Amino acid sequence: MFEIMVNGTARRVDVEADTPLLWVLRDTLGMTGTKYGCGVAQCGACTVLIDGQATRSCQVPVESVGTAQVTTIEAIGADPVGGRVVAAWVKNEVPQCGYCQSGQVMAATALLKATPSPSAEDIASAMTNLCRCGTYNAIAAALADAQSAG
Amino acid sequence: MDTHMDGLALLLQGEGAALNLSRRGTLGAMAAGGLLLALGIPTRPARAQEGPAVMAHATKVAAYLAIRPDGSITLQNPFAEGGQGIHTAIAQIVAEELDADLARFAVEVAPPGPDYLLLMGGNARFTGGSSSVRSSYAHFRKLGATARAMLVQAAATAWQVPPTQVTTEPGRLLHAASGRSAGYGDFAAAAAALTPPADAVLKDRAQFRLIGKPEKRLDVQDKSTGRAQYAIDIKVEGMLHAAVVHAPRAGAEPGAVTNEAALRAMPGVVSVHRLPGAVAVVADSFFRARKAVEAAEVQWTALSGTVLPENFSSASLLETFRAAADQPGNPARDALGDAPAALRAAARVVTADYDAPYLAHAQLEPPSSIARFNADGTLDVWTPNQAPELFQGVAARTAEIPPERVRIHSPLLGGFFGRHFVYGPANPMPQAVLLAKATQRPVKVIWTREEEFGRDAYRPLSFARLRAGLDAQGRITGLHASCVGEGPIGKHFGAAALGDPPVDGSVVEGVAFKPYAIPARRIDHVVVPQPVNIGFWRSVGHSMNDFFYESFLDEIAHATSRDPLALRRELLARSPRHLALLDAVVSLSGGWRPAAFMAEDGTRRARGVAMASPFGSEVATIAEVSVADGEVRVHDVWVAIDPGSIVNPAIVEAQVRSAAAIGLSSALYEEVVFEGGQPQQRNFDTYRILPPDRMPRVQVRIVESGAPMGGIGEPGTPGVPPAVANAVFTLTGTRLRRMPFANTRLSAS
Repeated sequence: MFEIMVNGTARRVDVEADTPLLWVLRDTLGMTGTKYGCGVAQCGACTVLIDGQATRSCQVPVESVGTAQVTTIEAIGADPVGGRVVAAWVKNEVPQCGYCQSGQVMAATALLKATPSPSAEDIASAMTNLCRCGTYNAIAAALADAQSAG
Repeated sequence: MDTHMDGLALLLQGEGAALNLSRRGTLGAMAAGGLLLALGIPTRPARAQEGPAVMAHATKVAAYLAIRPDGSITLQNPFAEGGQGIHTAIAQIVAEELDADLARFAVEVAPPGPDYLLLMGGNARFTGGSSSVRSSYAHFRKLGATARAMLVQAAATAWQVPPTQVTTEPGRLLHAASGRSAGYGDFAAAAAALTPPADAVLKDRAQFRLIGKPEKRLDVQDKSTGRAQYAIDIKVEGMLHAAVVHAPRAGAEPGAVTNEAALRAMPGVVSVHRLPGAVAVVADSFFRARKAVEAAEVQWTALSGTVLPENFSSASLLETFRAAADQPGNPARDALGDAPAALRAAARVVTADYDAPYLAHAQLEPPSSIARFNADGTLDVWTPNQAPELFQGVAARTAEIPPERVRIHSPLLGGFFGRHFVYGPANPMPQAVLLAKATQRPVKVIWTREEEFGRDAYRPLSFARLRAGLDAQGRITGLHASCVGEGPIGKHFGAAALGDPPVDGSVVEGVAFKPYAIPARRIDHVVVPQPVNIGFWRSVGHSMNDFFYESFLDEIAHATSRDPLALRRELLARSPRHLALLDAVVSLSGGWRPAAFMAEDGTRRARGVAMASPFGSEVATIAEVSVADGEVRVHDVWVAIDPGSIVNPAIVEAQVRSAAAIGLSSALYEEVVFEGGQPQQRNFDTYRILPPDRMPRVQVRIVESGAPMGGIGEPGTPGVPPAVANAVFTLTGTRLRRMPFANTRLSAS
């Protein structure tokens, strides 16, 4: 049994210690906004914030979460920066299939919370999640909008 | 039970639908290529826009539309939404003629049913071949107009005025003389009780307020907040979770699971199952099921179905293709004159070999399916799919119940790209049905990324030899090409679907059916079967064949010291539509750059051009590249597309950018390599797809020539690989004849 903080609420989960946070969120807690794409931290669909850091939850065993604050896409609208990012995503009509976009929004939110005016290099190193629909031009436009709205 | 049945073939066998794949129909469809051909849709351009004569369901308002008292509207869409914007586009067409507020629409994929069969003369449906809007535009306009007429009639009756005096504004009915008005919701029930009129009048195009406008997509809010639900997210009461491992090589069957008792003792495990070609563990969570199944010690024994030999490799098959390239083949239907004779008489012959690898679809949502048997003998299936009736048939056969007892639920698709036909063993849906039957519980099967890359129906390995005859002045007198191998149409439909002589359109399209005025041409399909399960991949044969052809055309330009753009204009001199498109892309790119140049950032760059005629649309593409660290960097892509006419320019632009991205991804990085009968790339660490920092700026110009409506989802893909390869040649002198380009180290020279 582990107790983890998810979106500001303590949640007790009865799972094995090596269970990835991704599957705790999706299967145990029923929070399916965080997506499974590859399971090996390559695609970024499972990105959540752990103490504000964009983290690929498929590679985070639940036992390692400890007292850290986990923030998922379900709560991102409650964050002022997250809310701006979502608004920019909607305005720019970023999603196509949409499957990677939870992770994209989380990565963008983490970036802008840490670096409100990121350089091109900051963006390149923070925005590494894959999008098979190739929405990268729209993501870049939305990211610029979310900054200027800040 | 045979779950290795060929799913696509099942559709043709039909559930009582006599599908006439006559030779004539097949030949007629051949020109448009790919999936349309496979399913026998008549694709003569004139019929694409005005509806392929399937208007039989256009007044069945109740089957498609439900207007609630609050005025919100639910639309049953025959087509599946996988990011291409079809839920919005179809609603936009209906809302135009219904005179409704587009934002009030909720769109669902329609369940299996005869009222949704809009293709093949009203006998089938699927989503694919970039055909959804062009095949149903007339149908949905009529449907919207009919529904509006019913609302008008209901209001007129209630208000005791002539219907001609009742007008509408979006979502409202008005009677100007009396000042009365009401929302659609107020009269929805009364309207639904009326018999739909057959003679509802369509709007004049000049009155359009939605069609042709960049209306907002209906799904972006949910998809930006994690609320959009995909098959993999669905949970049903009492559901168990299953994970599978497939045989290392396709065709092997599981014998004993020697540690079965130990697996059953693992946390949460319910049961262990042998399935066709796979072993499954059912547990109370997916992670527990996966952990157990990956610990399974399986004795893979008997062989069945399509077997990949132990010594099979993609490299050896490619050599087989190459060795067969000069064998006689069957000519595509656009053969003209005597091309071999023209080559024999030529002053000079240019020949080149091109090839392209197996590709995975690599949609980001891994496959999953849920099956639930109900007490009343029915079966519910939730499964990502682009052909509900096809999946209904396969589920019914697997469950050994009649199809009418199977309900298919078709959630949003986390990526489309042609992945969501059954393709025989390439789909988890039959496994979910078998496991639900065995456990007497609802079961969700998820394939891990590794299982998905190991059992996808891949884009086929492809090889072509192109030969051009030139006269003393360097003019092309004949073109003879040989496309070697097997395509997904022949693979899944059999030779009978390929006409006589058999030619698989998915093998030749993009080398055949080009618009250039070459006096003698012959594009052969040299049939060499391949054991790998193959499928339709975004833009199908065009995805590699236009690379072959348009690169070769630049080779001819180089061999005859002509500018590649000028050569194309010369060969298209009598085709104003194509010349206009070339002008459009050149203008969009700020003018043609025939030679390498220094960019403002100090990088040395060059541009390449290519054209394609896929899925009823015409496309011209220019790419600008540099070389760094031995690899191509693509900075800009400009695409001019002429789909005749369009519904939503914002969706069109988004689709063209997306199609360009996947085209570039395939050109630069992607390949599945088979060695020892096994695919070597099993996750994104070894199967590279285009990452954000390699995405070029993509600019799109839509040209509405008024030609019959063409497709949108796929046509942006084929022009990108050759435009990039042609730019690389101008920049470096290296001619790229093999995809992916990352396998060739380049120097910036």
